[in-house]
Amino acid sequence: MKKNICLGIALVAGCLVLAPQSAVADEVKSLRGNIDIEAPSLPPEVEELIPDQKPIKRDYVKQPPLIPHKIDGYTMNAHYNKCLSCHSWANYKLAGATKISPSHFVDRNGNELANLAPRRYFCTQCHVVQTDAVPLVENTFKPVPALQK
Amino acid sequence: MSDNSKGWWDRLRRPSTRFSVLGLLGIGFVGGLVALSGFLGELHATATESFCISCHEMRDNVYMEYKNTPHFSSKSGVRATCPDCHLARAFVPKVARKAAAVREVIHKVKGTIATREKFGNHRLEMAQRVWAEMKANDSRECRSCHDAKAMDYAKQSRRARLQHIRGDDQGLTCIDCHKGIAHQLPDMQQIDPSAVIGAQQ
Repeated sequence: MKKNICLGIALVAGCLVLAPQSAVADEVKSLRGNIDIEAPSLPPEVEELIPDQKPIKRDYVKQPPLIPHKIDGYTMNAHYNKCLSCHSWANYKLAGATKISPSHFVDRNGNELANLAPRRYFCTQCHVVQTDAVPLVENTFKPVPALQK
Repeated sequence: MSDNSKGWWDRLRRPSTRFSVLGLLGIGFVGGLVALSGFLGELHATATESFCISCHEMRDNVYMEYKNTPHFSSKSGVRATCPDCHLARAFVPKVARKAAAVREVIHKVKGTIATREKFGNHRLEMAQRVWAEMKANDSRECRSCHDAKAMDYAKQSRRARLQHIRGDDQGLTCIDCHKGIAHQLPDMQQIDPSAVIGAQQ
């Protein structure tokens, strides 16, 4: 019992000693920024989608190509995939679009399928649209020389 | 025979002995005016969005879907309502469409699309009917706002420009590409199996 009390006192003392360090915690910025709890937080700036540009160069081998156009309101459900109305093998020529890769016709056991593999159906799982947002952190990644211009 | 002359048909055929020609013409004129204004008023009242969505079939399905699209809200705030796209401006095709709407009344009574599920079951059939109609009239209602002659291709995005010029060259019409822009698309397996999950090609 005495031991426990001693331990308790030691813990409290330890906390008091470490207390000045909580000033460090003050410097940690919350996601809301340095805004008083009572004050309403600032609304985030609306990032605009880049409407339309030429195909974006890949930065590494097997990178899912980025989407170089808007996809607002595109249907992607069990009944239809709007992306495929241009990018499927049946449609890409007429639409002048990039066709989906043959890798998309293979299931996870390596079997070749007659149509797009269901695991590849939801395009935006890998392919993403681009906004004009400034990157939050600097990125020093450089493509391998073979992919550089 | 003389008995028959007192029949209603013969009475109708006999010249009036009581009313003057001017009086009869006046009655006819006023009556015609009332009927015509009633007809035009009805035509006008049934060509509004509020009339369309007074039925739950339209309000709960296609209207709700349309509310998420640019034809409902856009940056410039120009809105196209149901009749802007689905009803002709010109008098004759407008009346023809109104006459064809009798079938819609019949199916309203029968409850053919009374639930979301039933609506879904008939969506392909209904969509194909509208597509065929728009294809046949060269997307007339689209073009009453989106006039190809007034389009500045240079101001369009890269892809839109290429597609619009090619579409014009091939004699395509708006609905050939712009399907499902204001409402959900039906199951497209039969239309384009290459764009539907699990479809057999």
